[in-house]
Formats: sequence, C-alpha cells, structure tokens
Amino acid sequence: MFRWVNIQIALAHLTHRRRQTLVSVLGVALGVGFFIATSAMMQGSEQDLTDKLINSQPHVTIKDEFRNPSVQPLFQVYDEGAVSLKGVKPRERLRGIKDYKGKVEQIERQEGTIASAVLTGQVIVRYGGKDRSVSILGVDPDKEVELTTIEEDMIEGDMAALKTTSDGIVIGTGLSKRLQLQVGDLASVVSPTGLVVRMKIVGIFRAGNVLLDEGRAYVLLKDAQVLMNKPNIADQIRIRLPDPNEAMEIAARIEQRWTYRTESWQEVNEDFLSLFVVRNVVLYSIVSAIMVVASFGIFNIISTVVMEKRRDIAILMSMGFRAYDIRQIFLLQGIALGVIGMVIGWGVGYGLVEALGSIKFELEGFYDDSRLPLDRGFYQYVIGAVFALSSSIVAAWIPAHRASRVRPVEIIRGAA
Amino acid sequence: MSGETPRVVLETENVTRILPLTVPVTLVHGISFSVTAGEFVSITGPSGSGKSSLLYLLGLLDAPTKGRVIVEGQDTSLLDRDELAQFRLAHLGFVFQFHFLLPEFTILDNVTIPIKRLGGLSEKAAKDRGMELLEDLEIGDQALKHPDQLSGGQRQRVAIARALGNAPTLILADEPTGNLDTKNSDIVCDIFVRLAKEQGTTIIAVTHDVEFAEAADRNVHLVDGAIARDGPYQRT
Repeated sequence: MFRWVNIQIALAHLTHRRRQTLVSVLGVALGVGFFIATSAMMQGSEQDLTDKLINSQPHVTIKDEFRNPSVQPLFQVYDEGAVSLKGVKPRERLRGIKDYKGKVEQIERQEGTIASAVLTGQVIVRYGGKDRSVSILGVDPDKEVELTTIEEDMIEGDMAALKTTSDGIVIGTGLSKRLQLQVGDLASVVSPTGLVVRMKIVGIFRAGNVLLDEGRAYVLLKDAQVLMNKPNIADQIRIRLPDPNEAMEIAARIEQRWTYRTESWQEVNEDFLSLFVVRNVVLYSIVSAIMVVASFGIFNIISTVVMEKRRDIAILMSMGFRAYDIRQIFLLQGIALGVIGMVIGWGVGYGLVEALGSIKFELEGFYDDSRLPLDRGFYQYVIGAVFALSSSIVAAWIPAHRASRVRPVEIIRGAA
Repeated sequence: MSGETPRVVLETENVTRILPLTVPVTLVHGISFSVTAGEFVSITGPSGSGKSSLLYLLGLLDAPTKGRVIVEGQDTSLLDRDELAQFRLAHLGFVFQFHFLLPEFTILDNVTIPIKRLGGLSEKAAKDRGMELLEDLEIGDQALKHPDQLSGGQRQRVAIARALGNAPTLILADEPTGNLDTKNSDIVCDIFVRLAKEQGTTIIAVTHDVEFAEAADRNVHLVDGAIARDGPYQRT
C-alpha cells in the first residue's frame, strides 16, 4: 500500500520541477496519443478488410476437388512398391459435386445456415470489338444476395433481374468501363467449348476490389451449366454461417465427411490474415520504440531527482523512513508521470482519431471509401494505458531502487 | 529525591567501529558507557576523535564492527535494516549541524512528516501536534513559510521541532549550534536544557561549543576514538 506521506513527498518533488515534469508527461502523452491514432487506423483498416472478406464471400466453400490425389488401384494393392508401373494415366472424369442438391439441403438444415450450389468457369466477354476474360459464377440470385454483400454492391440494376431476364448477366464496374458496357447492352459471351451466347447486362456491381470488378460476372446457374456444357453439375457449394468464426471448424467437419476440399474464408485469405500479424508486429514495435523514448524521459527526471535529493533521502532514512518507503516515493513519481501522461495521451489520441476521421480521401481499389476506416474501440486506450504505465514503472524502478540503497550516514557525514 | 535508580535509556558495550578500507581505519574503539533518562550529555573532543562516528552508532545510522548498542533495553544488533528504521522513528530524534529541512515543504509540513510516517494520528491531529511543537519553540508564526524564508536559528529550531515530533526518548544532536551565531546558539542550548530538565528527554549532543558543553549535565570527552574522560565538563 502507498502511504499518504510518501504520496505527498512524491508529488512535492514533481511539482517543484514543473518544466521537467511537463516534458516527461508530454513524452508519455505523445506516445500514448500516437499509439491510439495509429492503432485506430491499423485496426480500423484490418476490421474493414476482414468485414469485406467475410461479407463479400462465402464463409465456407466446398469444391469439387480433393486435397490429396486419389490412390491408384495399383498402389492400393502393391503399396510397398514390389511392382512398379510407369506412365499410369489417371482416369478422366466429369468434375462436379455429387448430389449437390442433396448436400445443399443437408447443410441448410442447420439453423441460420445458407448454402448455394454454384458452377464456375472462364468465359470471354466480347463487346465493341474488345475481349475480356471473365470468371463467371452460375448462381441462384436469391441465395447469392443472402450469401454475400453483392446486393449492397450493386450500383445499377439488381441480382433479381437475372431471374426475370433471359440470358441475363451481372458484371463489375471495371469490366463495364473497359468494354463500355451499360445496363441493357447485349454482349457476346464465349464459353471454353466455343458456344457463343448473346447476354444482356442486367446489373453492374462495385465490390471495391479491382480483381472482382474487372474479372467477375454472375449468371443464373442453369445458364452457366449451358455455357459450360455441364448440365446438372455444380462445382462449388457456398455456405454462409451464423458465426463466421466457426468457419474453420465446420469446413474441417464437412471435408472429413464428404472428402471434397472445403475451404473456410480464413484459409482462402490466409495471406491477407498473415499480413495483419506482420502489420500488428510493426505497429507494436513502433509504439514500443516511442514508449522506450518516453521512458528515458521519465528515467532521466527521476534519476536527476534522486541525485539531487540524496541528502533529503538520507534525512528521511535517518528519521525512520524504510528503504521500501524511499523506493515507493520515487516509484510513485514514475507512476504519477505515467498516469498523467496516459490521461493527456488519451485526449491527444482521441483528438487525432477524430481529426483523421474528418479527412476525405479519393482512393481507388480495395479501399474505395472516402474516409479512413477507423477503429474507435476502447481497448486501444487500455493498451495505450498499459504501455504507458508499464514503461513508466520500469523507468522509475531503477532510480527508485538506487535511492533506496542510499546509506544515510555517508551522505550526512559528507554534507556536514 | 525518591532514591529510585534512574532508568538507563542507552548503553554501549565495548563499541568499536573500523572502516574496512585498504588500510583499515578505526573510528571508535572500546566505547562503553550508559546514559539515563533525562540526562543531557555532551560529547566533545578534537577533530577526528570519533565524536560524530560515535553519535551515528548511537543513533543506529551505522553499525558497530564489534560491541553492542542497547537502546531502551533493546539490543539493536538483533534488528534488521527495516526494524532499525522503525526503531529510530519511534524512539530517536536527530538534529544535525545543517538543518536538512525539505525545501519543497512548509515548516509545518517538515515537522509533521515523521509524525505522519509513524502513523496513528489523523492528518489534522498530526498538524496540531506540529503546531504545538513550533509554538513551544516560539516559531509557530512561521509555520506556513518555506525553509528558505527563515533565518539559520529559526531553521535549526524547526529541525529540533521535527526531531521531537514522535516524542522520542532520546535526541541525538551533531553540532546543533555549529552553524549558528552566539545569540541563536544560546537559544538552541536553552531549548535542549529545557527539554532535558522539564520534559525528561534524554539528549546526547556532539559539540565544539564550550558554552553548550558546559550546559550539559555530563561530558564525554573522546581522544583518538576512545573515551578519555567522562564526567562534568572541564575546560582545557
């Protein structure tokens, strides 16, 4: 416990050296303030990106492929390699998920879960003498609007128009600009089998992702099956879960049951998510560096006070103050600097975040919002406080410990 | 006289202090004497005779290399650093040649610091006790000033008031008049005499001041770290 008299002495030391106290407090305050602002930006962009990743795509995707190639009958019989055959060619098979309708039904029995069968493929969209390769998704429009944020991303037309328009297609804004396509225009869609279908643009979306906006298009599942010449075939089942955080566990369970490769949104975006880790390491390294500099300020002021107050320390000890009291007096000064710096830093951080939030940016690509995505969460203030207090305590501890080891008789004898 | 044996407040048994330098230096050796309650003892001797070293040993600020210091019946060699600090707080008061007041605090705060540290009194009660001591030493009107606003004599009276804060049984003073003019020296001397006679406070003071040494009940004269004479002060 802190003794009141020790607190009084600590505060007296600080208020007696106002200028140095102010500099140390500002060091901590700026450290905390910049941490809050930087963290709000980093966490905000991470949250924004994660939300986009979660909402713009299914949480779990079952694909018509397997993680490991199937074992050839030859090796099932002669697995130890007594017989070796060369030039074995795996049997060609028509790809697709078996009984995809049954599987969709089974998955949707889970409350709050939405599943939709999809057929994907590559096509060429041709208009006005220009060609663009596009990844096409044959979907059920009603399910797709529930699975992803596509409906929110529509800037013209809507997904429902796919159902009411024969040979309708929804394209991205990038493709629309490249080929100068408008809603209502008829574009030629060339399938890998050579089939050419004239399709009508019924909607244009903007996902905020250049790759999607330029390279993806939506058609009805049955239209895709015709284009790809894959009647009654779906090569993916896309699933939306009530809790996206359960995606990895559920994907693993599905893969174990049906053996089809099943990917969670975390697996699909592993690269992105690992980038966040690196970003956070960079963020906390920078903040640590700022706080180390601030700590040196605190260390400096308390070391100076200890040096200047050696005689006062000696007299306090001769009165009967214990080493513990002396250590407490100087540790309290560090804590006071940390706490005051932290509170001011909260104000600085809040001000910086609000200032950043008021700046408008004209960005293209993934971040096409006009304002920076900011996380105004309370926990950043808590982390800033933990940084400030811990660095202040560590910085104060060393001189405080040194003060507690003063031998009063040596000081008093020298001062006499 | 009641005929009762006076209570022994402090007793030393063959106290020796040797500084462990490359060539060991003996500060005091073989000091054995006792001081009873209410006694005013002056310690004199030439420079380097070990007066201050002995005082620091008696005040438990330093530990003897050999021998024992017993205060209020407590063998202080058996106490650890924290216990010694607590013992000093409760039983001893120090007055040094230099006042050593804390410059950040008012006079009243300086006096109340050891009272607050000992605990047991409220903030107001501690301040009342501090004011009482300052008024007793006729500097109550200076209570809210800071040390740098007082004269040397006034500061030394504040230092005495601070030493008396926890009503110690033993006051140890190291050249308390060493920095004072004659007038202020007389005032401080009178205070010590009054404390011993009227309040029964035991006082041991190291001094070079002849008047001060003469005012004491008893004089211990040191030469080369050992007691050369113990009794009434004798001018040499």
